[in-house]
Amino acid sequence: MAVTVSPERDTVATPMQRALREALYAGAISFGLFVLFIGLKTGQNISNELVLTTRWGLLAAVVIATAVGRFLYVAYGQPFLANQKITDVATGLLPASVASRFFQLPAFIVAIIAAVLLFVFNSSLAGWVGAEPAGYLQFLRALAVIYVLACVIYYFRAFIHANFTKLGIAALMLYPILVVAVLSLSAWSIASGLQGSLKWVDNFGIQILIYVMLAWGLNIVVGLAGLLDLGYVAFYAIGAYAYALLGTQYGLSFWILLPAAGAMAAFWGVLLGFPVLRLRGDYLAIVTLAFGEIIRLVLINWREVTNGSAGISGIPKVSFFGLMSFNVSDPNYIAKVLGIAQSGAYYKIFLYYLILGLCLLTAFVTIRLRRLPVGRAWEALREDEIACRSLGINTTTTKLTAFATGAMFGGFAGSFFAARQGFVSPESFVFLESAIILAIVVLGGMGSLVGIAVAAMVMIGGTEALRELDFLKQIFGPDFTPELYRMLLFGMAMVIVMLWKPRGFVGSREPTAFLKVRRAVSGSFTKEGHG
Amino acid sequence: MMAATTLLDIKGVQTYYGNIRALNGVDVTVKQGEIVALIGANGAGKSTLMMTIFGAPRARAGTITFAGTDITQMPTHEIARMRIAQSPEGRRIFPRMTVMENLQMGASLDNLKHYDEDVEKVFTLFPRLKERIAQRGGTLSGGEQQMLSIGRALMARPKLLLLDEPSLGLAPLIVKQIFDAIRELNRTQGLTVFLVEQNAFGALKLATRGYVMVNGNVTMSGTGKELLANPEVRAAYLEGGHH
Repeated sequence: MAVTVSPERDTVATPMQRALREALYAGAISFGLFVLFIGLKTGQNISNELVLTTRWGLLAAVVIATAVGRFLYVAYGQPFLANQKITDVATGLLPASVASRFFQLPAFIVAIIAAVLLFVFNSSLAGWVGAEPAGYLQFLRALAVIYVLACVIYYFRAFIHANFTKLGIAALMLYPILVVAVLSLSAWSIASGLQGSLKWVDNFGIQILIYVMLAWGLNIVVGLAGLLDLGYVAFYAIGAYAYALLGTQYGLSFWILLPAAGAMAAFWGVLLGFPVLRLRGDYLAIVTLAFGEIIRLVLINWREVTNGSAGISGIPKVSFFGLMSFNVSDPNYIAKVLGIAQSGAYYKIFLYYLILGLCLLTAFVTIRLRRLPVGRAWEALREDEIACRSLGINTTTTKLTAFATGAMFGGFAGSFFAARQGFVSPESFVFLESAIILAIVVLGGMGSLVGIAVAAMVMIGGTEALRELDFLKQIFGPDFTPELYRMLLFGMAMVIVMLWKPRGFVGSREPTAFLKVRRAVSGSFTKEGHG
Repeated sequence: MMAATTLLDIKGVQTYYGNIRALNGVDVTVKQGEIVALIGANGAGKSTLMMTIFGAPRARAGTITFAGTDITQMPTHEIARMRIAQSPEGRRIFPRMTVMENLQMGASLDNLKHYDEDVEKVFTLFPRLKERIAQRGGTLSGGEQQMLSIGRALMARPKLLLLDEPSLGLAPLIVKQIFDAIRELNRTQGLTVFLVEQNAFGALKLATRGYVMVNGNVTMSGTGKELLANPEVRAAYLEGGHH
């Protein structure tokens, strides 16, 4: 487009004029937004008086940056994007021409070498160049690794696209092994490799998978059956407390209590389901929200049973199917049985595979149910309740099964959570958790298992990764704690995804009635001479 | 042509929305093998009667009997299981599900036992649906959605098919196609049809018998031909109207 008609005035503006004007507006808006946020800073002096510090320089910098950014975007970015065909299927993210310019073999090789060098000389770097540049170099290393991974994904994009699920499951299966192997190699000792893997397996692996499982469970209620549930964390809490109480009071094993916790959560799901059968949309959301809060308040106030806000500690660990234990003091402690060195990492790795198994169970059940009458009825219920009823579907039982099934997986995740933490308190089951789980489902694309898993990885992995950005302290000062900005990240990710893909990462719905029929169609088309 | 047994018998049915009475004691009978049309203006209560048969809203007085069973107080899904199928007002297909899945939903009653056979029948009746088989319901044209809605209702192997304004918002050519299909179903399979229409001319031409509804009352009834010839009906619904 060479000439654009501006909507405000009926004059013809060139892209440059338009860009200048938009830059001016953007600058004015950012000035209005930030004049109090950035321009002024309040503080206290020694005699407790309010001191107003002005930061006009910083404000000017921000305003100018906004205006310049807007100018560049409108003048160069927009025409460039308009020229590119953004609907590039192969890469999904980038137009093919940009991607081929961005991912180049020499750069790929340089990045690999840089990353390897920085990994090998990691320990001696600080001695050579000083602590502060070493921090930046670590950041550089992270960027190089990300670039290399992106290149690999780009080169094999067709293969990855075709086998995404298989590759994903294989990667998840190998993840702890790879982590231990890489860390053992880099430190040249298995013990420190195991020790170092704790953070990666626990904080990233297990943490993300718990949310994947919760989001997949909620997906049954929200994504498939279309019942907006804002109190899902209640079932998580019920599962966690079921294991915590029965495990500590009666010493029952995790393997008995896991199904029991699921059943209990499902029971409460039905109990919640009954009063809200006639509600939909926003009304349902309010009642489920209240349900979540009721459960939390009961946990806080029913001190005789739940020990109130102090929570329950000393929750027994999961055993290796009763054969081996992960308690160092037990006679059948895993290291003694297998004759290997003691390490806390075995338990974490075991827990990782346990939650991975639970996740896969959730996915398997969801996929199977979608092809059964009850799953089809859930989806039909989401689309049109009245039509469902007039087709002879009992909407009462359909809704209750959706609530019960979703709640059951929440309960499983809850009892796993209790076993992993060894401690539960009502603090872990606040509304924010429900909101995060729901956000993951929405971001991933309601109903899509793959999309939700990716969303959980980005959101939960992203917030965990923020903890790793210690070098930012060198820029923003020692008081800067990046993990406090995770809600900002959440919000930003939400806005970006909703602008970019309003239906979530994977917005398209996979049809369930397909194969048999598709064959029938193509057969008859050939007969008619269409194919 | 007319079979003797009464399939659907509506006697003195009164339906309310809150305190507002929408039906004031309606009597309608549909016999086995008939096509019965109910015509009337906007807001006369035609669709209300259709929905009342399915128990939503429920009749406050009167009885609805289907094949000898009183269904007045039955839950909606139980009524559907008596083999009454409906193509509701506004079609109400499942927009995000494919044509195939929509048809599957219609066959949920039998748990897909006769599925393959019945799908073939629907595709013979509406070849257009076969071309759209993997497409999502929401992306179909209005006429195709109506065909899908009727096809979905047929998948339940109904004894009685209720059609609520099948011609609504469709081009005359498509309306003709749909009415032809209904006639065909009735002629070849002996399917009993009860349809509600604003398109009085088309509906009465198609119907064995018809009823005229005004303000929640049935004011006239007779064979389709009689009603078409009736001067009052002509004045109110046919002349200057659409056909």
